[in-house]
Amino acid sequence: MTGELAIIAAILVPLIGAFLIAASHRHPNQREAATLVTATALFILVASLLSPVLAGQRPETTLWEIIPGISISLQAEPLGMVFALIASFLWIVTSVYSIGYMRGHHEKNQTRFYVCFAIALSSAIGVAFAGNMLTLFIFYEVLTLSTYPLVTHHGTDEARRGGRTYLGLLLFTSIAFQLLAMVWTWSVAGTLDFTPGGILAEHASPVVFATLFVLYMFGIGKAALMPFHRWLPAAMVAPTPVSALLHAVAVVKAGVFSVLKVTIYIFGVDSLARIGGSDIILYVAATTTILASIIALRQNNLKRRLAYSTISQLSYVVMAATLVNDFGILGGTLHVAMHAFGKITLFFCAGAILVAAHKTEVSQLNGIGRAMPWTMTAFTIGALSMIGLPPTAGFISKWYILLGALEADAMIIVGVLVLSTLLNAGYFLPIVYSAFFREPDTPAKHGEAPKTMVGAIGLCAGGTVLLFLFPGQILALAHMLIGNVP
Amino acid sequence: MIAAHYPALQIVAPLIAAPLCVLLRRGTLAWLIAVAVSWLVFFIAIQLLQQVMASGPISYELGGWAAPWGIEYRIDSVNAFVLLIVSGISAVVAPYARATVAKEIPEDRHYLFYSAYLLCLTGLLGIVITGDAFNVFVFLEISSLSSYVLISLGKDRKALTAAYQYLVMGTIGATFFLIGVGLVYAMTGTLNMADIAVRLDAVENTRTVLAAFAFITVGLGLKLALFPLHLWLPNAYAYAPSAVTVFLAATATKVALYTMLRFVFTLFGADFALNVTFLAGFLMALAIVGVFAASITAIFQNNIKRMLAYSSVAQVGYMVLGVSFFSVTGLTGGIVHMFNHAMMKGALFMALGAVFYRLGTVHLDRMRGLGRQMPLTMFAFVIGGFSLIGLPLTVGFISKWYLILAALERGWWPIAGLVLLSSLLAVAYVWRVIEVAYFRDPPENHPKVTEAPLSLLVPMWILVLANIYFGIDTSLTIGVAERAAKSLLGLGG
Repeated sequence: MTGELAIIAAILVPLIGAFLIAASHRHPNQREAATLVTATALFILVASLLSPVLAGQRPETTLWEIIPGISISLQAEPLGMVFALIASFLWIVTSVYSIGYMRGHHEKNQTRFYVCFAIALSSAIGVAFAGNMLTLFIFYEVLTLSTYPLVTHHGTDEARRGGRTYLGLLLFTSIAFQLLAMVWTWSVAGTLDFTPGGILAEHASPVVFATLFVLYMFGIGKAALMPFHRWLPAAMVAPTPVSALLHAVAVVKAGVFSVLKVTIYIFGVDSLARIGGSDIILYVAATTTILASIIALRQNNLKRRLAYSTISQLSYVVMAATLVNDFGILGGTLHVAMHAFGKITLFFCAGAILVAAHKTEVSQLNGIGRAMPWTMTAFTIGALSMIGLPPTAGFISKWYILLGALEADAMIIVGVLVLSTLLNAGYFLPIVYSAFFREPDTPAKHGEAPKTMVGAIGLCAGGTVLLFLFPGQILALAHMLIGNVP
Repeated sequence: MIAAHYPALQIVAPLIAAPLCVLLRRGTLAWLIAVAVSWLVFFIAIQLLQQVMASGPISYELGGWAAPWGIEYRIDSVNAFVLLIVSGISAVVAPYARATVAKEIPEDRHYLFYSAYLLCLTGLLGIVITGDAFNVFVFLEISSLSSYVLISLGKDRKALTAAYQYLVMGTIGATFFLIGVGLVYAMTGTLNMADIAVRLDAVENTRTVLAAFAFITVGLGLKLALFPLHLWLPNAYAYAPSAVTVFLAATATKVALYTMLRFVFTLFGADFALNVTFLAGFLMALAIVGVFAASITAIFQNNIKRMLAYSSVAQVGYMVLGVSFFSVTGLTGGIVHMFNHAMMKGALFMALGAVFYRLGTVHLDRMRGLGRQMPLTMFAFVIGGFSLIGLPLTVGFISKWYLILAALERGWWPIAGLVLLSSLLAVAYVWRVIEVAYFRDPPENHPKVTEAPLSLLVPMWILVLANIYFGIDTSLTIGVAERAAKSLLGLGG
């Protein structure tokens, strides 16, 4: 299959999958099989693009003009490959996990759940392979809308309120800032194509250039920069697989991916470094990192703690991007992948604890490591990755971000990274400690979660370690972004 | 050749069909005639648009009397597009009308309904197609009088007061318009629009012309429901029979806006409007205040038809805003939004009509849990709502894009910001309905309802799909709108 076809197929396959899932709503086994087959097919499609992209090709296709002069266009380039690979691989794992979770937890409306999931994945892949800003924006909005029914899955008042915050903030930022910035870019530059080196520098005055950068960064609400971060904790009312795949991988990574994409291909790293404009966002991201970590310390609900941890980790990527140097771009790109594996492990563990032990609060986890040793070992690996310690994937990306901060002579950012590492340790290690070394409050009457869930957890935790040992392909893709041919 | 007489046939067909319905006195037959005529005029409108796009404006002398003495029908890209909107909407509303009319109007009046409907269609098409200023007034009255009748046929007794209110306001508007046309006639001695356009230049700086301009814009502002002259609209839309609401919401204000465009740009000229009067700034201010005031009011409505009616006032604001930029991009946005708004409001009011058909009310409280009971209808509402908000892949996005672009081209980024903020107000009022329909349990003491019949669903979904189709492929809409904008600004086309 040619690259052009593979890109289109990658977006269509999950949509076809959604139809198959909807069609087999009376036969749960068939339905879950459809999900698994679709997810696997998607991953194979995306993976088939890897070697052409690594060989320096940029498979692309232009579909049709939506507004005179602007088309729907798709292109596979290294950054998009990283995001698409991670999202499509973790979808397989999450599908295995959700089957156990949704059945073990006796969730309702499972068909709607899997259908929306497939649509969300299709739009995440669309974001990854978008060839211009309009295409990205369209898929970005579809992603928001298709995940709304997932966030509000339980249909309770709490879910409705959470959904309101979720949708309200994401639509507000994308319509009020991102759309404005996009039309502005178009009216200034006359193009929205993602071009290496950027499209704005020659056309925009420094003030407009800097203003646009701020608009884009806040406009990409999925990156959860403060003060537009509250949608992420609000989304925690969703079933755990949603929180895991969408709010640790697909949705939030679509956010930071867009941040990187806009930085590299709309503004251009060199132009940003020359003209400026990224400093404000650098400090906003630094503040977000610290504040979110402090808030995470105070959360007793496990999923909420993870959500605030995600907010702080997302800001790592934004910081990395706004350092505007090569190490920053490397670190940011790597962190998209590395954080995804670590955080999805942690969310999976939270879900396993809920299903097996019916516990949601951090304070209830004393001694749980004895009843659920596999789960809690995986949790430890995920936590180490968040802190950024070897032998886990988080170490590698943090290393590059630190190098970036040193290269930029941004000692404040170095300090922020160190402090945030300590804070991460502060809110993750006590959980690990009490799970393994404290006596249970009441003798545990449960064991591990269903096997499919534990298997998925093991895969992700294993992946977190493997990415530390063999970061080769991802690293090669990231290097291409800064002009190093592998 | 019959094709040469298409312009006349466009008006004559519905005009003759209307009394025919009265003579036949049979509801079903009248309905069939209405459907057939609607499809016929739609077909003709497509032919006319193609002809105009291919070979330029068409001039048709009615009865063979040469202009400026005889009445001339003159069709260019601007009104060919509006003809397409009006007739296209009628082509889907007419089939839709049967079930709702059967439910909402006593059977002995069905033929009268269709007769009034056809007259209203005649009037709207006539206003658009004619090239004679006085003829505009005549058709304006035909459409207005028939729409008062149509609105008063609503089931609720409040429909009568609503129609009366509209009658009073509409008459004031039409009178103002007529005074304006009279003054123009006094100054130029002609009623043919093309002729007026030529002769006005010489007397442009007189007070009489200025007064004529003021009378005409205010009069049309009333028909257009431009804030703050919109007070008749919410009640009229809320209490009219469902099919009438769909038809009027999708066409009437567009026709009034077209007339305003025609008079301001073709007759008086953009230079006159910009240099002699403060029209541009004035319109822009009214448009923006109107968008916000109406959108905020919409958030607090519990009658969802009323809510959408206020939303219509806001959407008129967007159209006028586009016009007030006096630029190609702005006008393109305003004109394309006429089309796009017809699609979205048509779909939304059709969905509400289906809800009314089943529930007998469109009160928000009674729509609890409707997402499960009427899934197709409510999903149509959701997509229509997305379009209203201006989310990508719907027509609403295209309109927003052009409005924002027009503002940024002029360097007025605060205006662009306001347009975007106002679309968030649309999120607020659309989501109220979605939350109630999908998150609440159905009221217990009321019988369960089922999905609307196919005769309502099919027209509704045609418009819903049009919302998506024309949001993805804009070659027709933007192509025509851009050409129309250029021709209005005298830049060819």
